[in-house]
Amino acid sequence: MSSIESDMQNYKELLSQYLSTRDEAILYQAEQFSKQSIQQNISPDEIVNVHYEALEEVVPDMDERVRDSFQFLIETMISYGLAYQEHQVLREKQIELRSEIGVAANMQETLLKTTIPTHNSLDIGVKSVPAKEMNGDYHHFITDEDGNIGVAIADVIGKGVPAAFCMSMIKFAMESFLDNDINPQRVLDSLNRVVGRNVEEGMFVTMFYGYYDTTSHQFYYASAGHEPCYILRHDSGEFEEIDAKGLLLGVENLVSYEERQVDIHPGDLIILLTDGVTECRVNDRFIEQDEVLDIINQYAHLDAQEVVEGVFKYFERLQDFQLRDDFTLLVMKRND
Amino acid sequence: MKETLSSVVIKQEWDIVGARQAGRQVSQELGFGSVDQARIATAISELARNIYLYTDEGQITFEEVRDIPKVGLKIVAQDQGPGIKDLSAVMKDGYSTSGGLGAGLPGVKRLMDDFDLESNESGTKVTAIKWAR
Repeated sequence: MSSIESDMQNYKELLSQYLSTRDEAILYQAEQFSKQSIQQNISPDEIVNVHYEALEEVVPDMDERVRDSFQFLIETMISYGLAYQEHQVLREKQIELRSEIGVAANMQETLLKTTIPTHNSLDIGVKSVPAKEMNGDYHHFITDEDGNIGVAIADVIGKGVPAAFCMSMIKFAMESFLDNDINPQRVLDSLNRVVGRNVEEGMFVTMFYGYYDTTSHQFYYASAGHEPCYILRHDSGEFEEIDAKGLLLGVENLVSYEERQVDIHPGDLIILLTDGVTECRVNDRFIEQDEVLDIINQYAHLDAQEVVEGVFKYFERLQDFQLRDDFTLLVMKRND
Repeated sequence: MKETLSSVVIKQEWDIVGARQAGRQVSQELGFGSVDQARIATAISELARNIYLYTDEGQITFEEVRDIPKVGLKIVAQDQGPGIKDLSAVMKDGYSTSGGLGAGLPGVKRLMDDFDLESNESGTKVTAIKWAR
């Protein structure tokens, strides 16, 4: 007996039992039957037919009009059956797509991997978490032969696969620059040309590029339309905004970015971030910038990696564990 | 063995009902059950409506096919319309349903057992077979 025939038999028995007892337990079994049918891809029109055939046996003296009404009902269910089958196919496709994106996301992670430099005068921590599977934020470290550290943090306006593609390009452009040419202004000038040539209009990239001189403890920086970053001064406990004028990457071809510098004292924290941190939303409200800084301040006494982990956990929880934008927070702490 | 059982010209919307009626009668005679009859009728509607909406005139022919021991109904929908340019696109799920146009050709393919589609500038021919269980 094929499964549909045995189900049919089962359905007929359930129906006749129910008609004589009106027992809730039978209804519960009917519910089980419908779940099984879904697992076996049986469409609604088929169920109506099973019911009709069962009813004919259970109630042999059925009114002719009732009998005909089933033909009518089956007819109206056919399109639902089709829609149901189409839905199944689309669902399988979605699973397939999702797994492909999963593979791509892994690949992206490998491609964009950067190692946090170790230096005895700097403690560095980073947390970068994508909102969707693929990350449109990017950060990168370079160490030159004198041990000075270049750091980039970037954000593609937009999320998901297109943003990720764009980031991969930027990463390879940066790697093609000479290791010792990590001067912020020159890096952004060159990147701007690369992005302008290779990215379609309508995709924008912001970047903050910094260069930490580990001998003089000066931090040089330039910004291509990126979020302002901050220094938390150890002495005063105050935040200082660090920002430089500059267009987003790829908007205009010949741009010369402004470069600035700032002294970093023992215990100071340099905080680089993307708008996924500052524009973190709770319900419909954007979190105030002060709130972000407050939270950073609360964790500031910890190791750099503990600071970024702590801040991330706080905002993740605040947003009910569903990030709305890619989140990247990078902290560099000058050791005493 | 092939035998043409009937043929319906599709020119006006009303002809869709005529085609369904002819198809139902033939499928009853061939021994199809209620659900299959309804499926065949829906497939005929889709094919006939495509002819009515997109061409001036076409026809739907019903043939009995035998592949011993199976008996089947073969539906051929033929028109002299402008043809379908992108066949893969119309056969993709969601192409017509998303616009609320109904099950479309993928629907016909699902409703029937065998399906074939040929189209060029001088017309489109859809052949579909349903085997009686």
